Amino acid sequence: MRRSNHLKYSTHIYQKNKLVLSPWLFLIPGIIFFLIYVIIPIFQSIWVSFYEWDGLGQAEWVGLANYVELLDDEYFYTSLKNNFIWLVLYLLAVPLGLFIALFLNQVVFGIRFYKSLFFFPFVISQVVVGLIFSWFYNPNFGLLAHIFISLGFEPIAILSDENLVTYGIIFAGLWPQVAYCMILYLTGLSNVSRDLMEAARLDGAKSWRMLWYVVLPQLRPATFISVVVTIIGALRSFDMVAIMTEGGPYGSSNVLAYYMFETALSEYGFRLGYGSAIATVLFFIMLIYITYFLWRLYKNEKGI
Amino acid sequence: MFPKPIANRSRTYQLLYKIALPIVLLIWLLPLLAIFMTSIRSSVDINTGNVFGWPSQFLLIENYTEVFNRSRALLYLKNSFMITIPTVLLSVSLACLAGYALAIYRFRWSLPIFFLFVAGNFVPFQILMIPVRDMSVSTGLYNTILGQVLFHAAFQTGFCTFFMRNFIKELPFELIESGRIEGVGEIKIFLFIVVPLVRPALAAVSVLIFTFVWNDFFWATVLTQGESVKPITAGVRSLNGQYVNNWHLVSAASLIAAIPPVAMFFLMQKHFIAGLTFGSVKQ
Repeated sequence: MRRSNHLKYSTHIYQKNKLVLSPWLFLIPGIIFFLIYVIIPIFQSIWVSFYEWDGLGQAEWVGLANYVELLDDEYFYTSLKNNFIWLVLYLLAVPLGLFIALFLNQVVFGIRFYKSLFFFPFVISQVVVGLIFSWFYNPNFGLLAHIFISLGFEPIAILSDENLVTYGIIFAGLWPQVAYCMILYLTGLSNVSRDLMEAARLDGAKSWRMLWYVVLPQLRPATFISVVVTIIGALRSFDMVAIMTEGGPYGSSNVLAYYMFETALSEYGFRLGYGSAIATVLFFIMLIYITYFLWRLYKNEKGI
Repeated sequence: MFPKPIANRSRTYQLLYKIALPIVLLIWLLPLLAIFMTSIRSSVDINTGNVFGWPSQFLLIENYTEVFNRSRALLYLKNSFMITIPTVLLSVSLACLAGYALAIYRFRWSLPIFFLFVAGNFVPFQILMIPVRDMSVSTGLYNTILGQVLFHAAFQTGFCTFFMRNFIKELPFELIESGRIEGVGEIKIFLFIVVPLVRPALAAVSVLIFTFVWNDFFWATVLTQGESVKPITAGVRSLNGQYVNNWHLVSAASLIAAIPPVAMFFLMQKHFIAGLTFGSVKQ
C-alpha cells in the first residue's frame, strides 16, 4: 500500500514539497516576531523570578526566595484579594450587557444611532475613562458629591476610602465592559432563530421562560466570549488603577498587575526578580482561563 | 425577534419606550457629557465650584486651543499616529500571511501554532514587561517610536492571526484548489485569490488594532521616558499631574485623546462590530 502511494506521488514530488514548505514561508515572519516579543519573554520572566536583581548590577540567584517572601507580603495578599473582587464584580458586565442589549433590541426610528452611542464607552481609552471617573468621584466638585449633597448627605471621598476604593474603580471599569458585552449580545440577538421563537410562542411560553429556555441557549456563544473577555479584562486591570489611585490609599486598591509594575519599575525600587515573581503568579492564574479557552477551541476544531 | 417587537404592543407602551430611550442614554453617557461640559468652562467656574450650573462663559475653542498651546498635545497626537498606523500595517500583514498558512495547509504543527498565537494574545502584559523592556534598552529601541511599533505589532499579531485564520478557513477551498490545478503559484494564489476575498476581515481587524493600540497606556509607560515619543494616552496622564486645578484643560485633553478612535468607530462601524463580535454568533 505504502509503496504504491509513494510511487503515485513521486511524480508530484515538487508539488508535494511545495505544499510542505509553503506554510512555513508564510508563517516564519509572524512566528519570529511573536516568539521574540511574546513567547520567549514569558520564560525569561519566570527565570528572572528566581533572581534578586535591580536591573543594573549583577543578578543574584536566590531560588524560591522571592516566592517565599510573597507568602509574607500583606500588599501581595491585598492585591490578590482585590483581583478576586475584580473578577467577581467585573462579571456583572455580562448580565448587565445582556439587559441593555434586550432593551435596545427593537426597531424604532434612530435605534442604530442609540446602539452606537451606548457602545461609546468601550471605544474610549481606559486612561480617559479613569480620568472621567476620578472627576466623577471627586469629593469637592465631582458629580457624585453633587448628587449626595442634593440628597442631603455628606459627600464620600470614594477614592480615598480604603474600604470603598476598589469598588469605585471596578464600577468605573464596568462602564466600558458592559458596553462590550452589550454589543456581543446585540449581535447574538439578531441571529436568534425566528422559527424556534414562533414555536415557543405558540406553545404559550411567556417572556421570562422564553428568555431562559429559548433565547439564552442560542446566545451561548455570545455568553462564552463575554465571560472570557471579561475575566481576562478583570485580571489585566492596570490602566484604571494607575490613573485613578496608583494602588492607594496605602496599597488598598492595588491589583497584581499594578503591584508588579510598582515593585519592578517605580520609585519604590527596582526589584525586578520580586516583580517577576508577582507576574508569574498572575500568569499562572490567567493560564487557567487560557487553558480552558484553548480546550473549548480544540473541541470546536475537532467538532466534538 | 426577542424581546417581543414593540410594534406589536400598545400605543402607550410604544410611547413609554420612546421616552425611556433618550433618558437611559443620557444617564449612560452622563460622565462623558459632564466632562464635555467641564471642558468648555472657564477656570473661574471650576474654582468657584460652578461645575454643574450654567457655565459663566462658553470657552469651547479657547480651552481646546489652550491645551495645544500649553502642553505638547500636538506632539503626543503625532506620536500616537506614528505608533498606531505602522503597527496596524505590520501586524495585519504578518497575520494575513500566518493566518493563510494555518487555514489552508494541513500539516502537523498547524493547530499547535494556532493555539500558541491565541494563548499568547491572552497573557498578562506584566509577564512580558521586564524582558521586553530589557531587550529594548539593549538594542537601542527603548524610548523610540520604532520600539513601541515593533512590540505592539508582534503582540497584536496573535489576535490578528486568530481572526484571519478563522476567516480564511470559511472561504470556499475549491477556489484555492482550482488555482493550484491551473498551476498558479502559492504566493500568487495568496495575493490574487485570497487577499481580495478577505478585504472585509482586513478592514475589521485594522480598526480594532487601531483602537487597541491607540488606547494603550501600559507599554507607553514601560517603553518610554520623557516627552518626545509619548503617545497621547500617556500625555494626558502627565497633563493630569501638571494641571492639578485645571480640570477644564484636563477634560479637554482627555476628549482630544478620545476623538481618533471614536471617529474611527463611527466611520467604520460595520467593520468594527463585525470584528469585535466575530465568533459570538455561530459555533
